[in-house]
Amino acid sequence: MADYTLRVRRFDPEQTSGPYWQEFAVELEPHRSVLDAILTAKEELDGSLGIRCSCRAAICGSCGVRVNGRPALACNTHLRDATDAGPAADGSTATVTVEPMGNMPVLKDLIVDMDAVHWKKIHRVTPWLLNRRPVPEREYVVPHEDMVDVTQTMACIQCGACVSDCLSMEVDPEFVGPAAAAKAYRFVGDPRDAEQRQRLRDLAEDPHGIYDCTHCFMCIDACPKGVAPMSQIMRLRRISGSDHQIVDRNNGERHEEAFTTLVRDYGLLHEAELLPRSYGGNSWFGKFHPAAGLELVDSLPSIARAVARRKVKPTQALRGHRLARRDLDAVHAIFERVEGDARRHELNLYLSGVEEEAPAP
Amino acid sequence: MRVAYWPGCVSRGFTPELHGSMEAVAPLLGLELVPLDRAACCGAGVIAEHNQELADTLNARTFALAQQVDGAELMMNICSTCQGAQSECQERLDANSAYRARVNATLDDAEPGLRYEKGLTNKNLLWLLVEELGLDALRAKVRRPLTNLRVGPFYGCYIVRPRARLGIDAEHPRDRYLHQVIETLGGTVIDYAGTYKCCGFPIVTMNKTASLRQAGTHLGDATDAEADCLVVPCPLCHLNLDLQQPQAAKVVGRPLAMPVLHLPQLLGLALGLEPKQLGMSKHVVKPTAVIDWSAAVVAAPAPA
Repeated sequence: MADYTLRVRRFDPEQTSGPYWQEFAVELEPHRSVLDAILTAKEELDGSLGIRCSCRAAICGSCGVRVNGRPALACNTHLRDATDAGPAADGSTATVTVEPMGNMPVLKDLIVDMDAVHWKKIHRVTPWLLNRRPVPEREYVVPHEDMVDVTQTMACIQCGACVSDCLSMEVDPEFVGPAAAAKAYRFVGDPRDAEQRQRLRDLAEDPHGIYDCTHCFMCIDACPKGVAPMSQIMRLRRISGSDHQIVDRNNGERHEEAFTTLVRDYGLLHEAELLPRSYGGNSWFGKFHPAAGLELVDSLPSIARAVARRKVKPTQALRGHRLARRDLDAVHAIFERVEGDARRHELNLYLSGVEEEAPAP
Repeated sequence: MRVAYWPGCVSRGFTPELHGSMEAVAPLLGLELVPLDRAACCGAGVIAEHNQELADTLNARTFALAQQVDGAELMMNICSTCQGAQSECQERLDANSAYRARVNATLDDAEPGLRYEKGLTNKNLLWLLVEELGLDALRAKVRRPLTNLRVGPFYGCYIVRPRARLGIDAEHPRDRYLHQVIETLGGTVIDYAGTYKCCGFPIVTMNKTASLRQAGTHLGDATDAEADCLVVPCPLCHLNLDLQQPQAAKVVGRPLAMPVLHLPQLLGLALGLEPKQLGMSKHVVKPTAVIDWSAAVVAAPAPA
């Protein structure tokens, strides 16, 4: 047995005092879960402590909380892992800090309002299959590999851990968010669904859709099931832009196209071209598009300051940096061979796993 | 120590002071930089978003070129985004021999004889400082400890997440290295909310308000925590936090004047270089205008 101090951020909606911290001393084996510690405190010390839980086996998705500042399932987190160094060697107790999830309103103590944020966003992406017509008389026959492809997103248990720490949602509460976007891929990737293009158009054109993801990897680390929502958002973007040529109003597709084209043409990133092309279109003429002009005016103070500080020399910035001829040829050859392939090759380690190391001879 | 040095694109483009300060500080750290000037952009996650195999192949070429550098112990980068994007590609390449063979066939086709062998070591300067050079050795090189400097660490997403891919564990607390380096140089680490958050740069063309709100919020939080400056190991973060700082101030509705230093600049100051040699006059929020480096910060007597 070891001693732990459970430090819980509490909130009682019937009091006006606002949130406060309370510490509970609990004695448990280090292999027991943070949820066990919370329930022990609730049973033995304070029955008013609010926590939502059910299965205790990381499948119902009820007990999402923040443990030591990181989103997790309380039932899926061992006490020994919840403290950086485990119980202190000098006999003092280790502290485990538990807070309600973020980005959602707190109802009471560790219980957040999932309906107000998480479920609303899930409903936003039409989370059901829209059949192809005509519906076959018997069951659909679906290629095995296509269904395997969507199993990663099907592993989601709707716990909201990814929503809790989404950094885009923190500054833009309307962002569709990682869980809903992963759910969208669940149907975009399903060959039985008839509305792939419409689903993608909807999420690409929405200013708070797939192009509002800031690529911070928070959701990948947060997910207790390996769904990797951010990776699913990148796949949605890939299919939207490359397979359906959806050019969205948020500059998402143009930015991706311009970035890729500039690296093909220069080998290195040509920043001064990337910005106008992202707004105005992916060609040298992009900068003369009204949208690029507006952005230029908006960015003028930054540009002027960069030039004044000799951070950027105008002639150099406009010319960009470029690899030597022989290296550019190699880069072009790579682009031609990979982009020339009729089928995109993707390796998803969630499905393929990692090869075992060969035993040393 | 000889390293295959990948400076990235932005350090030679819109943040030239990063590449410049790295070159200035390298001899003081005993680093011999062999630039990978034939390598292409890492794709910053955007090329991978467009076509995963394309990003993997371009980076495999960079890795292969690094492996050809005679006597280099490893590959070093100075950009969190390069580290993250390249680690992601390398994870796939190293995980599957059939996939690696496929990518190597493309490489051989593009440049006969070029081939990536599994198992390259690619470290950001920050990791190299702690794991290769060592904090004690770094401490011994400090000539002007940053005694009165209050520094807010800002890591950049790509170098702290996902933890498993980036090898962050109890043995390698890479998400604490920036804290450790600041302390080793004699500075004071400031605790503020933004340390591990996103600067907002990846969506600056898609949702400029949300992007600048991220930058502005972190800069404001650091200001409230009374930081003198932030330090970043990522030039893209630097663009949003420094170049865009006046715009970010408008979005969050408060005045901001927070200097943002590149990691090699902070090193250079402590190792005895002058702000000007480190390109600190090139920042939008001039560190020299906010802090008197010569008196307040770096004039403290060196430890006996």
